[in-house]
Amino acid sequence: MKNSRHTKNPYYRSLTRKMISIIIIVSFTPLVLIGSIILSQFDKSYHVKTYAHLEALVQQHKQNIDTFLNEKLSDIKFFATNFGFEKLSDKFFLQQLLFRLQQEYGSVFVDLGLVNEDGLLITYAGPFKLEEAKYSEAEWFKKAIKKHYFISDVFLGLRGLPHFIITVKQYYEKKQYILRATIDFVAFNNLVENVRIGETGFAFILNRKGEFQTNLPLNIIPDKGLYMAFIKKAEQERTRKGVQIVENHNGFGKKRIYVADFLKNGEWLLVFQQDTAEVFAELHRAVYIAVFIILIGGLGIIIMAFFQSRRMVGRIAEADKEKEMMNQQVIETGKLASIGELASGIAHEINNPVAIMVEEAGWIQDLLEEEEFQKSDNLNEFEMATKQIQAQGQRCKEITHKLLSFARKTDARVSDVQINDMVNELVELSSQRAKYGNATIKTNLQKDLPLIKISESEMQQVFFNLINNAIDAINRKDGIIDISTQLQDNNIIITVADNGSGIPRDNLARIFDPFFTTKPVGKGTGLGLSICYGIIKKLGGEIDVKSVLDMGTVFTIRIPVFANK
Amino acid sequence: MALANLLLVDDEVPFVETMIKRLTKRDLNVVAAFSGHEALEQLEKHRNIEVVILDVKMPVMDGIETLYEIKKKHPLTEVIMLTGHATIETGIEGMKLGAFDYLMKPCDIEVLISKVEEAAAKKRKHDEKIIEARMKEIISRRV
Repeated sequence: MKNSRHTKNPYYRSLTRKMISIIIIVSFTPLVLIGSIILSQFDKSYHVKTYAHLEALVQQHKQNIDTFLNEKLSDIKFFATNFGFEKLSDKFFLQQLLFRLQQEYGSVFVDLGLVNEDGLLITYAGPFKLEEAKYSEAEWFKKAIKKHYFISDVFLGLRGLPHFIITVKQYYEKKQYILRATIDFVAFNNLVENVRIGETGFAFILNRKGEFQTNLPLNIIPDKGLYMAFIKKAEQERTRKGVQIVENHNGFGKKRIYVADFLKNGEWLLVFQQDTAEVFAELHRAVYIAVFIILIGGLGIIIMAFFQSRRMVGRIAEADKEKEMMNQQVIETGKLASIGELASGIAHEINNPVAIMVEEAGWIQDLLEEEEFQKSDNLNEFEMATKQIQAQGQRCKEITHKLLSFARKTDARVSDVQINDMVNELVELSSQRAKYGNATIKTNLQKDLPLIKISESEMQQVFFNLINNAIDAINRKDGIIDISTQLQDNNIIITVADNGSGIPRDNLARIFDPFFTTKPVGKGTGLGLSICYGIIKKLGGEIDVKSVLDMGTVFTIRIPVFANK
Repeated sequence: MALANLLLVDDEVPFVETMIKRLTKRDLNVVAAFSGHEALEQLEKHRNIEVVILDVKMPVMDGIETLYEIKKKHPLTEVIMLTGHATIETGIEGMKLGAFDYLMKPCDIEVLISKVEEAAAKKRKHDEKIIEARMKEIISRRV
């Protein structure tokens, strides 16, 4: 009920909304800012680190391959320069050399051959039947014969198997000849094929025409255009050194990272490629975790903001309500105080004229006692009239006295009072009056109540008012007035209950208002309960009423025990 | 002989006038004053006044001030305070200053008279004791 009230009010609704948005903005902004800054820094440094790693990887393999080629070349060079044409043209000797090489390197060297300047294979040691083969038209021979040494691209040649050859040119009797060694493609290929990282990372070698010098893994479609772009770019910049790194989308929407470097004096291009998703898997995982945390945190913030704001606004609404009630009370108290002042002013002034009237009536009475008036027919009427004047004067006095009590002009000095003693005393005093009103007063008092610091005369007034009202309310033969006291959490609770006529619902809210009375004219001033209310409030206590028509009324008074300490 | 010699002090003239008539009819010897100053003058003039009925609320010099002056100059005269508003504070203040009692307006004439009689009796007893003491002094001097 408390919630529904403040959620319905547009003021509290907009307050709730404002609080929610402020909490969310204030909490989210740093979270998102810090998150994105850290992520972007992490992304940057991770890229730098990864690039450096890939660069090193490619450079290392480039070196490995270059070393491999140079090593093989220097072996052949060594044979060519040391043994000379005569020895090398001996087939048996050549076979021995091949045997030694194979002992040293395994199956890397497939065969050795000696080719004269006409391209004719003079001597051959190896598994194929190539004797007397003519290479004069072969692509490699044309190049090899022009250079001191030469390493070819991979080709099929006469044997129909992929291989490449290393040649060294020498002179014998002013004629050129070439010592040529065939390198097993599989052995060379392993050098590159072993460069495998993760699922998608692999390396391969291209020549400058874009022809593959090594095998590609199965199910890989090469991005030839891109490789050619590398080569072209390198040519444009006239550099054949240095690692190039490119991230690019291939034709299938996948982003890949390409790392390339030239080897074999710029003739071949070593390319390493890997899917970006895999390269940066760690980074992406970190991003996902961060985003997940931000989302969960954000959700938490939103939920917290929602509930916290609602709770806060609930409290504010409650505080506002309390403030409103306090204001009401202040107004009520102010009303009572001003009425009190007015009352005391009236009381001061009214008794003098009333006293004069009463005395004048008394004087008339005195005069009526004289003989001449005794014979008057209307003597009786005169006497009745003067008595009435005196009675009404007395009534005025009572009213002003009550007004003065209301203005708290009675003895307000506090002393330690035992409520039970006071109740007993007052019950005794009221019992006669109660008897005439067909009522019995019963008490139900808790023993050993603590003393409370109150004004005895004020408290008496409260009890008198309540007891008198109860007696007046009783309209049956078996009227019972029940007075009880009890101690409850440092409060003394006093109830005065009667089984009288009860108070109509409409009047209940007004019974503590000054001058409100339902008693016949002349019977009540309408100040009794108002005075009670003022006195109990002054003590920091409360007075409350519950009533059911024709069943009875219960007045409950709560007085704090330590209120005045 | 009158029941008592009385000074009635009140600024309400009709009240005083009526009271004088009623009290005189009841065998009291009453003198009136309408202010505190007048009361003191009357006391100087009529040395036989035994009891003063004094209204608390009067202009210029109020009842309490007047009481103070009366008690200073005529300590043996009994004073009954009459108030429009019977508060314990004024009552106690009056009693402290030596008032015999206090009554609230309007009061029953019979109650007022009985209070006056009590006060007068006290005053006479007091006077008697003083006379006795003086007599003793004189007698002892003679002896």
